[in-house]
Amino acid sequence: MNRQRLRGLVRKEFLQILRDPSAIAIAFVLPVFLLLLFGYGVSLDAHHVPLAVVVDQPTAQTSSFIGGLQQSDFFDPRPYPTIGAARAALMRRQVTGIVWLRGDFSRDMLAGKTAPVAVWVDGVDANNANILQGYLQGMWQNWLQLQAEQAGQPLAVPVVAESRIWFNPALRSRDFLVPGLIALIMTLIGALLTALVVAREWERGTMEALMASPVTMGEILLGKLAPYFVLGMGGMLLSVAMAVWLFAVPLVGSFWLLLACSALFLLVALSMGLLISTLAKNQFVAAQVAVIVTFLPAFILSGFIFDINSMPAAVQFLTHIVAARYYVAILQTLFLAGNVWPVVLSNSAALVLMALLFFGIARRKSRKRLD
Amino acid sequence: MWARIVALVIKEFLAVLRDAASRTVLIGPPLIQLMVFGYAASFDLNHIPYAVYNQDSGYAARQLLARFSGSPNFRQVATINNDAQIAPLINDKDALLVLHIGQHFTRDLLTQKPARLQIIIDGRDSNTAALALNDVSGVLLDFNQQWAAAHSQRGPPAQLVMRAWFNPNLRSRWFIVPGLVAQLTLVVTLLVTGLSVAREREMGTFDQLLVTPMRPLEILIGKAVPGFVIGGLEGGFIALMAVLWFHVPFVGSVAALALGMFFFLLAAIGIGLMISSLAVTQQQGLLGVFLFLVPAIILSGFATPIANMPEAVQLLTYINPMRYFLIIVRGVFLEGSTIPMLLSQYAPLALIGLVSMSAAVWLFRHRMA
Repeated sequence: MNRQRLRGLVRKEFLQILRDPSAIAIAFVLPVFLLLLFGYGVSLDAHHVPLAVVVDQPTAQTSSFIGGLQQSDFFDPRPYPTIGAARAALMRRQVTGIVWLRGDFSRDMLAGKTAPVAVWVDGVDANNANILQGYLQGMWQNWLQLQAEQAGQPLAVPVVAESRIWFNPALRSRDFLVPGLIALIMTLIGALLTALVVAREWERGTMEALMASPVTMGEILLGKLAPYFVLGMGGMLLSVAMAVWLFAVPLVGSFWLLLACSALFLLVALSMGLLISTLAKNQFVAAQVAVIVTFLPAFILSGFIFDINSMPAAVQFLTHIVAARYYVAILQTLFLAGNVWPVVLSNSAALVLMALLFFGIARRKSRKRLD
Repeated sequence: MWARIVALVIKEFLAVLRDAASRTVLIGPPLIQLMVFGYAASFDLNHIPYAVYNQDSGYAARQLLARFSGSPNFRQVATINNDAQIAPLINDKDALLVLHIGQHFTRDLLTQKPARLQIIIDGRDSNTAALALNDVSGVLLDFNQQWAAAHSQRGPPAQLVMRAWFNPNLRSRWFIVPGLVAQLTLVVTLLVTGLSVAREREMGTFDQLLVTPMRPLEILIGKAVPGFVIGGLEGGFIALMAVLWFHVPFVGSVAALALGMFFFLLAAIGIGLMISSLAVTQQQGLLGVFLFLVPAIILSGFATPIANMPEAVQLLTYINPMRYFLIIVRGVFLEGSTIPMLLSQYAPLALIGLVSMSAAVWLFRHRMA
């Protein structure tokens, strides 16, 4: 390793970046654009869910129940005259659910029996339907409480649940999705920056010129890594700043620890790009591989949105080769829970291992040979 | 003219499929991803890891806890006996939630005071936390009903009886796997078309194409056909796997799905060729593919509902072909939709296809020099 030669290579790489500014756009414009779009666009918190409400016989009891729906921010109750009309609306996707208070609702209640309230939800989006059912349960429990208070009786429920939600008491999905988005975006940027750079040299024939010079392959790879690392860290800082100031995600843990872990992850992402580029030797194939192995696995297998613990064991095992998985765990913990060392250390160790592995394979696979 | 187009189509197929690496990339990964993602992409919780912190020696607490340990949704990972043990379990993600039963639980229950079950839950993943809390209240609801009946207590004045349409057990796989049909079809189509013109430009073969008697439109048709054939075949195969392997119900009409697929491919190829004609280098082409693909998937309703987005972002989704095709695919699979029921989805999809194709032709002509 010769420092002067390395400096020369880094300088060459920087000049190349400045000449085709698309790399600078990737590092600085892309994270801002994507984080803005997704930070606002991706949410699992339903609000104003359109609900068809059918009341067969309006009474004081039914209006107290419907009042509970109307007061909640989660629902947008719309009256329908008959259950048939409400079903038709559900079929046409105009409403997401139906609440039906039958004619004998008040009679049952006044007689001291339990009056059934029929609820249908559109189950196509199963997760949304689940969340909607949870909201309805919550509204129902509030209503029971209110009924008991008005009647001056204790609540007629044997066991009540009392939940303490740690780290994100309001369960704002944005607080959990935005840190995950940073991991997703940095995966993309890392791959985009480096996936083509080695393949390009091969394709354009400039790799032969480099080989004729005294630089070693290790120096060539490091020379490619260093400038893009600087660019990537810039994009990373922008993303973290936006998460904290624009999206008001609390950063409970240490900023410096976050920075250190991010640098580590960026190294993994860039090395992976270099590896793709080295193995493919052809920009077309490198680009195809980059699209396939980066975005979708980071989106689906990282725990960014789908819970890894609920996946089948074989798939859980596979998620260990997705670098974003470790970074998502670190980010969610540092942002919301704080410096939980067991989580940070074990995931960082995995990232170090992956960086060494990717760079090592890239180094081994790039020989000074033309075939 | 036809002979020229046929020759060009053959050449394009060879360009994509001759290279062994490119061939493998186009056919292998989408199918592997279908298998992996089909199992991975699920919001359904099973085996929620929980810890028990029971300070009550009464039988009611044991009865309640037995309902959790007997439920397939929950998996007990620890039993603890003081407050200090809660934080490490939750912080290190060893348990998602801790069920805490206080000393007087059984006594309160028997004296008809409300007994409290405290749930301490990790809110880092807010969606998982919300779903797990739903599951806890489900177990509690059953327990309460049985307890009230067994001790001849009065039930609540009203009770929700909930049913779900189209997907009675609310399996999120039924929602996600049809979505994968759309997602992987889009990825494959963009891979075939997104870089094809940029590659010819960079390699210099584009100039050779221009000196042939082919017209720009013919060249573009030649570039569109392989994407259409490969995307269509893989999309069809994935849809077939969704039914045969993942057992997602298919209650609608095959023709409705095929028509939707046709328009969707048209739109995806148009956009791919647009990117391709705009890009001077393959690096720019790759950037373009990502810049379209990532928002198209994230803002399509694939994983998070469009209804939850702010108005401005919702407006943006109207130009996203994925949005319409997802409604078509899920409608055909789960709701039994037919062609007349989906006209309102076909029309914008066809329009996007038409506009993007024309734009690609225009860009292609104007950037030839």
